Amino acid sequence: MSDSQTHGDGPVALARVLGFDQPELSCEECFDQLDRYVELSLAGESADREVPGMRVHLDGCPACAEDFASLRDLVAVDRGAEG
Amino acid sequence: MTAPTETPTGLSASAESQRWLEQLGNDGAGRDGAVTKLHALLLKAARFEIDRRRADLPHLRGGDYEDLAQQSADDALLAVLAKLDQFRGESRFTTWAYKFALLEAAVKLRRRAWQGREVPLEEAAWSTLAAATAGAGRGAEDAELFAVLREGIETGLSPRQREVLVAVALNDVPIDVLAERLGSTRGALYKSLHDARRKLRTALRERGIELGLQGEEER
Repeated sequence: MSDSQTHGDGPVALARVLGFDQPELSCEECFDQLDRYVELSLAGESADREVPGMRVHLDGCPACAEDFASLRDLVAVDRGAEG
Repeated sequence: MTAPTETPTGLSASAESQRWLEQLGNDGAGRDGAVTKLHALLLKAARFEIDRRRADLPHLRGGDYEDLAQQSADDALLAVLAKLDQFRGESRFTTWAYKFALLEAAVKLRRRAWQGREVPLEEAAWSTLAAATAGAGRGAEDAELFAVLREGIETGLSPRQREVLVAVALNDVPIDVLAERLGSTRGALYKSLHDARRKLRTALRERGIELGLQGEEER
């Protein structure tokens, strides 16, 4: 899959098995906050401070990470077209 | 809330979002035009997602892609219209709406890519786990790490936790695909995965193994 992490890289592969010892959002909370998080990220604002637990979730959930990357890139294309 | 920006219509982002809500929420003739415009927006997002993933589905023909895009846009339109009262104005309306179309397209594409494929058996996961532990940079302790994790997966997890962890974290099965096969949801399975990971981290700590895994840098 296009944005999923791949195995074979030890620390990344281990992180997929073990996750992280930090609080994280659920998939539902991630989807709920995704549009806000993307716009904060593209605006260069501290998205991770504004939406705590999102980054850890995206690092641990390949499907949500793909959804984030798609929305970020689509909005970036739109903003680019706006000039 | 992001800083006010001007949109292609010349309205501020918040004013444009408010206009979307008013047009979609009223009962007049303007609503039909707004719904048509929203569907076009969602179709653009669905096509964007499908274009990103074409390489994952080499056997699909052009017509199949367009059917998937149309189905995704149709399903996303229903979702957006049903959830209009949940839009909080924390992003542009278009950004909020896009995510529904991207999700619909992504889920359909992941499921299509796995159509007819069996979910790999648990046995296939051990070589992946061995490669992961061998790459942890712990030298002679890699074998111990592998043994503790394999024991934890085989004996320390519930059957559902083991099934989800092995499929998603070791065998690269998309969580949406697994959810469909198990009659569950992405959120419920991720909770199982989250709990399984926590149990394995605890098992490692109890054996005195500290890996210090950290997420990526802040975005």
